[in-house]
Amino acid sequence: MKSFDWVSFFCTGLTGLATLLILAILAVILGNIAMHGWPAISWRFVSGGTESDMFDVTKAGIFPMIFGTSARVILMTIFVIPVGVVTAVYLTEYAHTTSPITRVIRGAVNNLAGVPSIVFGLFGLGFFIGFVGGGMDALFYPDNPRPLWGKAALIWASMTLAVMTLPVVIVATEEALRAIPLGLREASLALGATKLQTIVKIVLPNALPGIMTGGILAVSRAAGEVAPILFTGAAYFMADLPKSLTDQFMDLGYHVFVLSTQSPNIDKTRPILYGTVLVLVALTFALNFVAILIRARIRRHLRAVHG
Amino acid sequence: MGLERGYRARPGEWIAEKLIFLVSLTAMVMIFLIFVFVTREALPILLGRMSSAATLETAVIPPSQMDSLSSEALRQYLGLTPAEFAGKDRETLELLMELKQEIAAEAPEDKDATVNTAAWRYLLFPYQWTGYDHPVYIWQPVSAIHKYNIVPLIVGSLKTTLVALLFAVPLALAAALYVSQLASPRLKEWIKPAIELLAGIPSVVLGFFGLIVMATFLQNVFGYASRLNALVAGIALGLAALPVIFSIAEDALTSVPRTYTEAALALGSSRWQAAWQIVLPAAVPGVFAAVALGFGRAIGETMVVLMASGNASILSWSLFDSTRTITATIAAELAETVFGGHHYRILFLLGAVLFAVTFLANLAGDLVIQRLKKRLEGKRS
Repeated sequence: MKSFDWVSFFCTGLTGLATLLILAILAVILGNIAMHGWPAISWRFVSGGTESDMFDVTKAGIFPMIFGTSARVILMTIFVIPVGVVTAVYLTEYAHTTSPITRVIRGAVNNLAGVPSIVFGLFGLGFFIGFVGGGMDALFYPDNPRPLWGKAALIWASMTLAVMTLPVVIVATEEALRAIPLGLREASLALGATKLQTIVKIVLPNALPGIMTGGILAVSRAAGEVAPILFTGAAYFMADLPKSLTDQFMDLGYHVFVLSTQSPNIDKTRPILYGTVLVLVALTFALNFVAILIRARIRRHLRAVHG
Repeated sequence: MGLERGYRARPGEWIAEKLIFLVSLTAMVMIFLIFVFVTREALPILLGRMSSAATLETAVIPPSQMDSLSSEALRQYLGLTPAEFAGKDRETLELLMELKQEIAAEAPEDKDATVNTAAWRYLLFPYQWTGYDHPVYIWQPVSAIHKYNIVPLIVGSLKTTLVALLFAVPLALAAALYVSQLASPRLKEWIKPAIELLAGIPSVVLGFFGLIVMATFLQNVFGYASRLNALVAGIALGLAALPVIFSIAEDALTSVPRTYTEAALALGSSRWQAAWQIVLPAAVPGVFAAVALGFGRAIGETMVVLMASGNASILSWSLFDSTRTITATIAAELAETVFGGHHYRILFLLGAVLFAVTFLANLAGDLVIQRLKKRLEGKRS
């Protein structure tokens, strides 16, 4: 009889422990945030503004930040979803998988996903604010000494984030498009529909959950990003909510950064800090969770289709 | 009626296809634009066309003598390009001359004042500044003499990234091996999304956690002097890179055909032996790719290091010293620079360096993964 294999047992246990350690760290982070953050959450904290003092525990609220973060991610989806979906349609429905141009596009998508977020910030400043915004000012308002478009603004922050999240939308949509059985397309084509009609009326409606997943993942990724908006639109403090696309905005993630590094008395502002972090984490996790649920359904479907 | 082909058959379809193709080029165009616009701002530094010298080598000309100069001499004196010169009226030029005079008057009486600190040799090599007894590497952009040596920042970035990888790679690889090869399918369905949840934590929250909770905890454990340092930042950074490394390694390990494991098990090996001696060697390129992409993620991460590293730009390889990375420097300083000035352009140069480094890391990781998948899929059939 073979003796018990201690080495295998030990090593399996070791990898299991490593996995457990990761989960434990995750639990500690989330537990710590929930435990310290929950007491700070009140209706006044969520619905209040920062008019009097953003560092005062009893008065500060985070409504302007929730508003700013929501505004920038909603604007972002308007820019990113159409472009991302069309790119995914090209890659799955039209492109030859082996042609050089397809490979270059795929390479670009993968690489875009790996560009550091601070580089997106520099890009947003150099391209959107300096080049596009500055160009628009020079073109439409040559006499106006104060820049209208060529400055940090909601729209430029959203566009910068849209460029950043483009790969997320493309990858998710592609996966959804591939899950649609070929037979569905062939049936449509056999009935005399053109390729474009098939895509618009058959393929895209069926892929809608996947497209939504991509959008939600992009939103959850963008909602927590701070580096790309540092120079493109986030404001340290604003008395009013942003009213137009060219206004700056306050932001949840940026507020966490401000509270934890600029506060005159970190111990006193800690409750606001934890409260803000909890809201931010809850927001991104809720979005992630919905995306994971939809995605799990698509994957089951995919397995059912392709066996 | 002949058979029509191409755009003549269905012009609408043809146009739509071309439009869809054009839109799909966006990702590529964006990569190109990022490259162009980040390097464009850094170009004067790259080409050595920018001077940060506080005093002028030429004599100062008071604004009252403006008319005695030819327009070409005036342009050269002010250091403007012909296009810039043509765009400015007389009053602006006069103001510029006054500014020049003021700068000259305020320039410190220092041998370093005439040094163009934005030149390549001062960016990369040590220099003996006034008051120092040996050549040093210093990043000190906000001072009378702007010192722009980027070596401390590069060392800072490498140091924190190294800590992050030393922390994250073993953990992530062990977990990937466990989840893909050893865990029961039921367990796997729970663990995988949980680790992916870690990827969903915004980096600013990881930075906050490092700054508020981990820094205090680690200081109590190790008892070092500087509360925020490369170790704290590195571990927090490792948490950001961990999910990336895990999911790519897990994917690579899972893509090794099941038949490999089954053959090994049939020959009497244990699950661990099959995973360690058969599956892992087959997926080694994927593991390499995971590490490369994790490196790219770690070196490019901003908020974590900005908040948890202490941000002192000292050249030191010690893990317990306060550290400043490339990304944190850009994030902290860009807002306070003069638009188009030398400090601004050097920060863009740092951004370009960062872009190049992550681009290469991603490209390497990507190519390796593609080749691995091709090989494994080729063998399966």
